[in-house]
Amino acid sequence: MTELFRLTLKEALGFVSGNRSKRDQLIQELTDRVKTVDQKVNAYIHFDPERFNRDQEVPASGPLYGIPISIKDNLTTAGWETTCASRILKGFVPPYDATVIGKLRAAGAVLFGKCNMDEFAFGSSCETSCFFPTRNPWNLECVPGGSSGGSAAAVACDEAIAALGSDTGGSIRQPASFCGVVGLKPTYGRVSRYGLIAFGSSLDQVGPITKTVEDSAILLGAIAGHDPLDSTSAREPVPDYTAFLNRGVNGMKIGIPKEYFAKGLDPEVESAVRNVIRDLKKLGAACVEVSLPHSQYAVAVYYIVAVAEASSNLGRFDGVQYGERYPARDLREMYFETRDRGFGNEAKRRILLGTFVLSHGYYDAYYLKGLKVRTLIKKDFDDAFKNVDLIIGPTSPTPAFKLGEKMDDPLAMYLSDLYTIPANLAGLPAISIPAGFSKSGLPIGVQFIARPFEESTLFQASSAYEAETNWRKKRPAL
Amino acid sequence: MPQKINIDQVAELARLNLKSGERAKLAADLERILTYVDQLQGINTDHVTPTSHTLALENVFRPDAVVPSKIRDAVLQHAPKSEGAYFKVPKVIGDVS
Repeated sequence: MTELFRLTLKEALGFVSGNRSKRDQLIQELTDRVKTVDQKVNAYIHFDPERFNRDQEVPASGPLYGIPISIKDNLTTAGWETTCASRILKGFVPPYDATVIGKLRAAGAVLFGKCNMDEFAFGSSCETSCFFPTRNPWNLECVPGGSSGGSAAAVACDEAIAALGSDTGGSIRQPASFCGVVGLKPTYGRVSRYGLIAFGSSLDQVGPITKTVEDSAILLGAIAGHDPLDSTSAREPVPDYTAFLNRGVNGMKIGIPKEYFAKGLDPEVESAVRNVIRDLKKLGAACVEVSLPHSQYAVAVYYIVAVAEASSNLGRFDGVQYGERYPARDLREMYFETRDRGFGNEAKRRILLGTFVLSHGYYDAYYLKGLKVRTLIKKDFDDAFKNVDLIIGPTSPTPAFKLGEKMDDPLAMYLSDLYTIPANLAGLPAISIPAGFSKSGLPIGVQFIARPFEESTLFQASSAYEAETNWRKKRPAL
Repeated sequence: MPQKINIDQVAELARLNLKSGERAKLAADLERILTYVDQLQGINTDHVTPTSHTLALENVFRPDAVVPSKIRDAVLQHAPKSEGAYFKVPKVIGDVS
């Protein structure tokens, strides 16, 4: 019999089938798995198996009954510490659930553990966590990607059945590609962000990290939808995403942006992505070259817009209402010291940069300029999607890099999100799915991008490709 | 022309008591990032409307109705310091001498 922790979400639903003792058996095996391998991977920052016995709120049935889901630690969980992997929030126990967490609970899912991340989601390697870095299950010397590195690593090494992450510039897709799993960033507005501790409010989205495309479709269906508590959440109806699986790509028109295959792309990644394109053609898709001429400016725009929003959002961490406070004799000193001691290096870098681009005398030259170029980046996609249904490219320019390799070079770290950032700036849905392995055995991801609210197209195309491959058969040896 | 940053002024605006050991490195990092960002200056954005978010949303309103909230105690429980129904902070104004 298959070890239970290896089950996909879909398989786990079949196994549990509403049965309480099977639910407990699944949780027990998964807990044992975490106890065995997490000392190597460090995917979890808050993991307490005793909680499952105390947790009386889980309903006795529901579409996700008994399924353990792991949660990135920037989603608030009532009664359960939520830290964003930052010292400034250590010990913070939120009094309320994020909307997506409430939806999971109502569906009968079990909140399994809180996953490590870059501090406040500032990073692409999970190394800026104030706790410890998470390691890549495929090679423990490598990073799992970030910022949802803990969620992706946990799913990759079967320490989780599925997980939630958040994506502001690639934080779901890039770690999914580094860890060989499926990561979806939904359309901006598709999933409620109430209870997601804000980073870049015009960019952030919550999304699933799963073992398969089907699992992604199931989990998105469970968390998507309008929420009156999030005024940026969209009213578009939520379709049954699973209905789009296995419809094939015959007749689908796929765009290949030439700018995504420019200098700096690792040849192994390029060849893996080209093979995906070849396979999709065989399956009946028509592939044409498209151009996204302003995509080369995406990182520059992002490091204006995202940091400006971050510096504003992080203004609330001042030691008054929650988290850590540095005791000081007056209020000013308390604010300044609490923030300087509570935030890590990368958080300070972004707060300072964001403060600078918003400050008097620089607002027009930086922030406003960034917003205007953002318009041009979005327009590129609008134009391309007049002719194609889907855009395909690499998720990340390279496979996972070594721990420490980019920690002293923030710009090099930022550039690893080159291909993921444009979808956030344009508000588009995008998915990363496994596309093979490098010679050194590291996973490579391919990214599909669709029109707003066409996650269904992503699922249709990526499930068609996934069905042709057996990348998932290969598991990390731990 | 690389942008020079007055790190002390920015830190003041950002409410950060940067220590002497962090200041120079952070200033250098910021200047390097801004030099990279400066490539945007070469793009013609005349007559381009800025995009602050990507949804076609107008204002979102709800009735201004009072609803009971029972989480006050839970909220105060996790405050670093509280007294009664209030958050407690150190003196706002220094001693008058």
